[in-house]
Amino acid sequence: MDKNVKLMQGNEACTIGALAAGLDFYAGYPITPSTEIAEMCSEELPKVGGRFIQMEDEIGSIAAIIGASLTGKKAMTATSGPGFSLMQELIGYSSLCEIPIVIINVMRVGPSTGMPTSTAQGDVMQARWGTHGDHPIIALAPGNVRECFDLTMRAFELAETYRVPVIVLTDEVIGHMREKVTLPDPHSIKQVKRKAPASPAGYKPYAADPDGGVPLMAPFGEGYRWHVTGLYHDEGGFPTGKAEVADRLIRRINRKVEKNIDDIVDYASESLDDCEVAVVSFGSSAMSSLSAVRRARKEGVKAGFLRLKTLWPFPEKVIASLASHAKRIIVAEMNLGQVALEVERCVGTSASAGKSKVERLGKVNGELFHPDEIYRAIQGVASNGDASPNGDVKGSK
Amino acid sequence: MAALDYFRKEKLPHIWCPGCGHGAITGALVRAIEKLGLDKNKVVIVSGIGCSSRAVGYLDFDTLHTAHGRAIAYATGIKLARPDLKVIVMTGDGDCTAIGGNHFIHAARRNIGITTIVMNNEIYGMTSGQYSPMTPTGMLGTTAPYGNVERPFDLCKLAIASGATYVGRGSAYHVPLTIDLIEKALMNDGFSVIEALSGCPTYFGRKNKIGDAVQMLDWIKDQTVNVKAAPALPPEKVVGKALIGELHNAAEPEYAASYMGLVGKVQRRYDSYIGEVRECASNSD
Repeated sequence: MDKNVKLMQGNEACTIGALAAGLDFYAGYPITPSTEIAEMCSEELPKVGGRFIQMEDEIGSIAAIIGASLTGKKAMTATSGPGFSLMQELIGYSSLCEIPIVIINVMRVGPSTGMPTSTAQGDVMQARWGTHGDHPIIALAPGNVRECFDLTMRAFELAETYRVPVIVLTDEVIGHMREKVTLPDPHSIKQVKRKAPASPAGYKPYAADPDGGVPLMAPFGEGYRWHVTGLYHDEGGFPTGKAEVADRLIRRINRKVEKNIDDIVDYASESLDDCEVAVVSFGSSAMSSLSAVRRARKEGVKAGFLRLKTLWPFPEKVIASLASHAKRIIVAEMNLGQVALEVERCVGTSASAGKSKVERLGKVNGELFHPDEIYRAIQGVASNGDASPNGDVKGSK
Repeated sequence: MAALDYFRKEKLPHIWCPGCGHGAITGALVRAIEKLGLDKNKVVIVSGIGCSSRAVGYLDFDTLHTAHGRAIAYATGIKLARPDLKVIVMTGDGDCTAIGGNHFIHAARRNIGITTIVMNNEIYGMTSGQYSPMTPTGMLGTTAPYGNVERPFDLCKLAIASGATYVGRGSAYHVPLTIDLIEKALMNDGFSVIEALSGCPTYFGRKNKIGDAVQMLDWIKDQTVNVKAAPALPPEKVVGKALIGELHNAAEPEYAASYMGLVGKVQRRYDSYIGEVRECASNSD
C-alpha cells in the first residue's frame, strides 16, 4: 500500500503538517480536545532532533514557544478554548514583537468550561480581538482532515513570511474525525525559511518599509545582541515614547497583513457563480453545509456554497462579489453569528448593499449541524424568503 | 574586558530613581559575568515587567524584555531550544513571586539551566508602591495603608523546596558577596536563584519612613545576618532576619541536558512519512 495514504484524525494531520513544515519546538499544556497534538509531538519531535516540553500552564506554553522562536526554531503550541483565553496576552506580544509562532486552537464550547468537550466555533472573534490593542493576526480554518495538514503547513509559511502569529482554528469534530488522507509526496514539500540578516554589522531589528514591510529577524545566540521588548520600540528595538515612532510601528505591523490579503486569503466554493441562495460556512459546519447545498441544487434551488479557509484577514472580496448576485446569504456556524457579523459588514459596504440579505444560522448546543437543518434553511429562504429571522438561533432546540 | 563593556553605554543613564538598589545588583551581575569571562554572544538575558526588568535594555547581550511574570517561561523555551547558551533571568519580587510564581517553582522543579536574579525591594515600584508577596507583615504600602496583613514568602526556602540546585541571598548593600553568589550561580548547570535585597527609597522607604538612600542601605544591613555567622549568634539576633550567603548547593541532573540525552537515544532516520519529509526538506536547499 502507498505509505502516503493513511487513516488519521485531524489532530494527527495538524501534527504531521507541522512536522513537515519543519516544526522544531512544541510547548503545551494538556486540554481536550487538542491533547493528541501534544502527545504526538512528545513522541515524534525528539526523533527528528526537536524538542517537546509540557509547561505548567498555557501562558507558560506560549511564552516558551516565543522564546524558542527567537532562537530561530519553528515553534508551535496547541490548545482549546480555556487555554486559548489564557494565551491572549502573549499573542499580542508575539504580534507586536513580530516573533513567528503557530497556535492550533481545537475549538470547544464556551464560555468557561462549558460542556466538555463538545464542539463549537465560538473563538472566531477571540482569535481576532482577544488580545488588547490593534494588532495583526492570521487565522486559518481547515475543513477536513487533509486540510489540517495543508493549513498547518501554510500557517508556518505565513508566520515565518510575515512574522505574525498564526492561529489554526479547528474544532472538536475536525480534530477527532478520522478520514482517509493521501499526503503529498515528501519530495514535493517545500519548507519556508525565515529571512535573516547577512551579518550583525549595522543590524536594525525593526527596520522595514513603513508600508507593511517585514523586518529581517536574527536568531538569538549568533552575535547580533539585539533587544526585544513588548514596549513600543524604534527600528533599533529599544523602547520609545515618541508618538510618531509609535504610530509608524503600529501602522506598519497591521499593514503587513492588510497589504498581503490576496496572498493570505483562501477559500473553497461550489456552484457559486449563478447562485441565488449562498451558504457561507467554515470548518466542520461547512461539511454539513455542502451536503445541504448539493441536495438543494439537485432539487432545483439555485444554491451555492462558500467555505472560508482563511478567517482573518476576513475574505472581504469574495463576500462582496457574492453579494452582487446572491439574494440570500446564509451563514452557518456553531456560534451566535461571529462570521455572520463580518459577512453583514462586507455585504453592507459592497456595491450591492441592500440587494442581498444575510441570514444567521447559529448553533450553540455542542452538536454539529445536521445537513437537514441547513437544507431547511435554504428551502425556507428559497420558497417564502422569510424563514430565518435575523439573529434567531435555529436548529439548536 | 572591563565590566562597562558589557553595557550598551549609549542606553545609559538608566531610568531608576536615585538611591535604588537595582543598579548595584545589575553591576554585580555584570562583574560576575566579567570574572567568568563569558562570551557576550552566548548569553541571553530575559526579564519580565517592573523596575528590575528594565535592566536588560542596558546590557549588551541578546536581551528579551517580556510580559509581566513570564520571564522564566520565555527563558525555558530559549534554554531548551539552545542548551549551549547561558540563560539569565532578571526579575523582581512582584514579577517573580506573584504573577510569575508558578513558572518559578516549575523551573526550579525541572532544574533547568537558568540563573534567576530576583531583585527584591519588597514593593511594586513601577506602579508606585503597592505591597508585594515579599513585603514584610506590618509594613506599609499604597495598598496596605494600615500595614500589610499578609505574610511574605521566604523566597530562598521556596526555591530550595521546589528543587533549585543553587540558592543564595545577597543584597545591594553586600555587593562583593552578591558578585560571588552570582558567579557561583552562573557556574551551576541547573536552576539557580539569587535573591538580592534591594532598596526602594522612593516608595518603600518613604512610605515606611526608613529615610534616604543611605539609611535604606543601613536598613537592609540591619535586616540581614550572614548564614555563616548565624549559628554562633544568640537567637534574638537571628530571629526575623534574612540569612545572606550561600544557602543551598546541590548537584542534580539539569533538565535541558537530560532532554538532549533523550533525543540522543531516540533520534534516528526512520522509515516513516515524517522522517522522509524531514530528510527531503533538509536536502532541498
